Amino acid sequence: MTEPTITGTASPAPPDPGGTRRASEAAVPLGVVAAVLVAIVLVYAVGQRSNELVTQSVVTGLLLGGVYALVSVGLTLIFGVLGIVNFAQGAMLTLAMYLVYEMTTSGGIPVYVATLLAVPVMFLFGVVVQAALLNKLTLAGSHEGPLLVTLGLSLLIINVLLMIFGGRPLRVPGSVDGSIDIFGAVASYERLIAFGGALLVSAALLLFLRRTSFGMSIRAVSANSEGAALVGVDVRRIYALTFGIGAACVAVAGGLMAPFLSLTPTVGEQFTILAFVIVVLGGLGSVTGALLGGLIIGLVQTVGALYFPGTGSLILVFAVFVLVLFFRPEGIIKAAS
Amino acid sequence: MTTLTDRPATVAADDPRLRDRSAARSYAVLGVLVAVLAVLPLVLDDQTETVAVRTLIFAIMAVGWNLMSGYGGMFSFGHAAFFGIGAYTSAYLLVEHGVSPWISMVVGAVISAAAGCLIAFLCLRYKLAGAYFALATFAFAQVFLLGVQNLDFLNRTEGFNVPILSEDSWTMMQWKAGSSFYFWIPLAILALGLLGTIWFVHSRTGQYAQAVRDDEVAAASLGIHVMRVRLVTVAASCALTSLAGSYYTQYYFFVGPEQAFGSAVSVNAIVPAVIGGIGTIWGPLVGALIVGPLSEWIADVLREPPGFLSFLEGLSGLDVAVYAALLILIVLFMPKGIYGTLRDRFRS
Repeated sequence: MTEPTITGTASPAPPDPGGTRRASEAAVPLGVVAAVLVAIVLVYAVGQRSNELVTQSVVTGLLLGGVYALVSVGLTLIFGVLGIVNFAQGAMLTLAMYLVYEMTTSGGIPVYVATLLAVPVMFLFGVVVQAALLNKLTLAGSHEGPLLVTLGLSLLIINVLLMIFGGRPLRVPGSVDGSIDIFGAVASYERLIAFGGALLVSAALLLFLRRTSFGMSIRAVSANSEGAALVGVDVRRIYALTFGIGAACVAVAGGLMAPFLSLTPTVGEQFTILAFVIVVLGGLGSVTGALLGGLIIGLVQTVGALYFPGTGSLILVFAVFVLVLFFRPEGIIKAAS
Repeated sequence: MTTLTDRPATVAADDPRLRDRSAARSYAVLGVLVAVLAVLPLVLDDQTETVAVRTLIFAIMAVGWNLMSGYGGMFSFGHAAFFGIGAYTSAYLLVEHGVSPWISMVVGAVISAAAGCLIAFLCLRYKLAGAYFALATFAFAQVFLLGVQNLDFLNRTEGFNVPILSEDSWTMMQWKAGSSFYFWIPLAILALGLLGTIWFVHSRTGQYAQAVRDDEVAAASLGIHVMRVRLVTVAASCALTSLAGSYYTQYYFFVGPEQAFGSAVSVNAIVPAVIGGIGTIWGPLVGALIVGPLSEWIADVLREPPGFLSFLEGLSGLDVAVYAALLILIVLFMPKGIYGTLRDRFRS
């Protein structure tokens, strides 16, 4: 399973034939962004909802979408490099949030510092999971094996947390109260910090993959694991470290979201589902696609909620998912193979 | 793609004489098994019988899932969709229209088979395979869950309560609490499912289905109508799973969106099949016989733990944690499942 999108701009584009096709592929993300903008303008113009309400939904949706993107970036990285659909992504997110909870309540550490501390812990957790449980199956090229193992892992994490902390909702003490006004919409500092942090980490990850030699090894393994092994890359090690990075991403996301989510052992499950939607929408294996997909799904969910209250807006999200799966399974940003 | 399934089955059944003999043996085993199990409700106490019924429901789902995912090679992550259709069809027809469960079971199975075929047709026509196929089935189950939660005529999140009758009624499938019929009906459905599986495995269609699973291109080049074979497999699988759902509603007198369409339901169909052995006739049954009583036994131990385990008292989650660990260990160390591994050892 190779998914070369993560290889990004490594190779200069060869001249035609294919030049026009490539250009049309580049037009898709732009077209999608334009369509989203048009949809928002339409909601303002003929949507029969007050402008303040729509602005609030757009702002909330974008802020939420940033964090969605961060959860999804980890998922898409793991899929892109290892070909594993990680069903435990949401459970790992929950695990990270409980870790942050424990550090803030028992250790008295401020929540954002605890987040920084949770990153290496989750990274190690991811490395161990991949090395101990998944490497053998990944190298054997099995699809169902890793899916089942990560499913088992997800059930295991959720239920061990349930055993330790019980099922009642917990609250992580936040450290930054207050909110600011954006075009008449209210945005709490906690959500703004989460959004900013998510963008920052995603950008750092992209730079890391493109600019460092270690990132280059990851892209090499993603593009052709056998070839990479031939030139001396330790594929098993890269696999383990990549899964670790995916886990570190959810550690950041968990810590950033902890102040404004009520914490239960199943809180991450909804994110697993949304993250799948987002990475398929963005193009499995594409980091920029995950970013774009996260923002779009955040918007669909909050703006959709203006018209479909309750769980109704999630139906919209899934409608998008099913349509994308059928008509463009390669997602917005296609692998440039 | 199907590293977990068992390939030699296709080869072993090439010789028609061998095939007949192995089929006859399977039918005989099934007969003995059903006869032995049928006696159980006469000797079990009421509480153990409840566990046994739940185990049978697990087993029916796992046998159904195995048809599509084990023999068909189409890994479904959303069998809750078909379980839920069965459960809700049965509940809706009974509560709103007074239709007998016997009839609504069949109606549910037909609707499930049709829905399954439609979903599979769309997925396969757009060449969704492997992880994409699993994700798509998962998405459909979620859509159904959300749909039910938002539909007024299906009572949104409240679900349906089956009216409880004061007298025994064959037509309404109700007897006094603890009646053996509550065990014999799912046993009969399970027997039907296994009978169908044995027949399917040894039939031409079933052989084609396994050939398609192992190598789609080669199978197509030999003139097998790939889509038709796949849809037949899916229809059988969904119909059987739907029967489990319908019976669930009748047995527990209640169904809600999460009990019918929740992702935990899909997991309950997958786990016994994987633990027992995917793509084998008896694997799903063996898996269910392990998972059902095991989780019940752990829950029991937690309610009243023996002295040295007293620190475990009242912990929730351990039962699922244990079977999750079991699932991981089986996939890693016995990819053919408990039954599949044992069978291979005896053969060689």
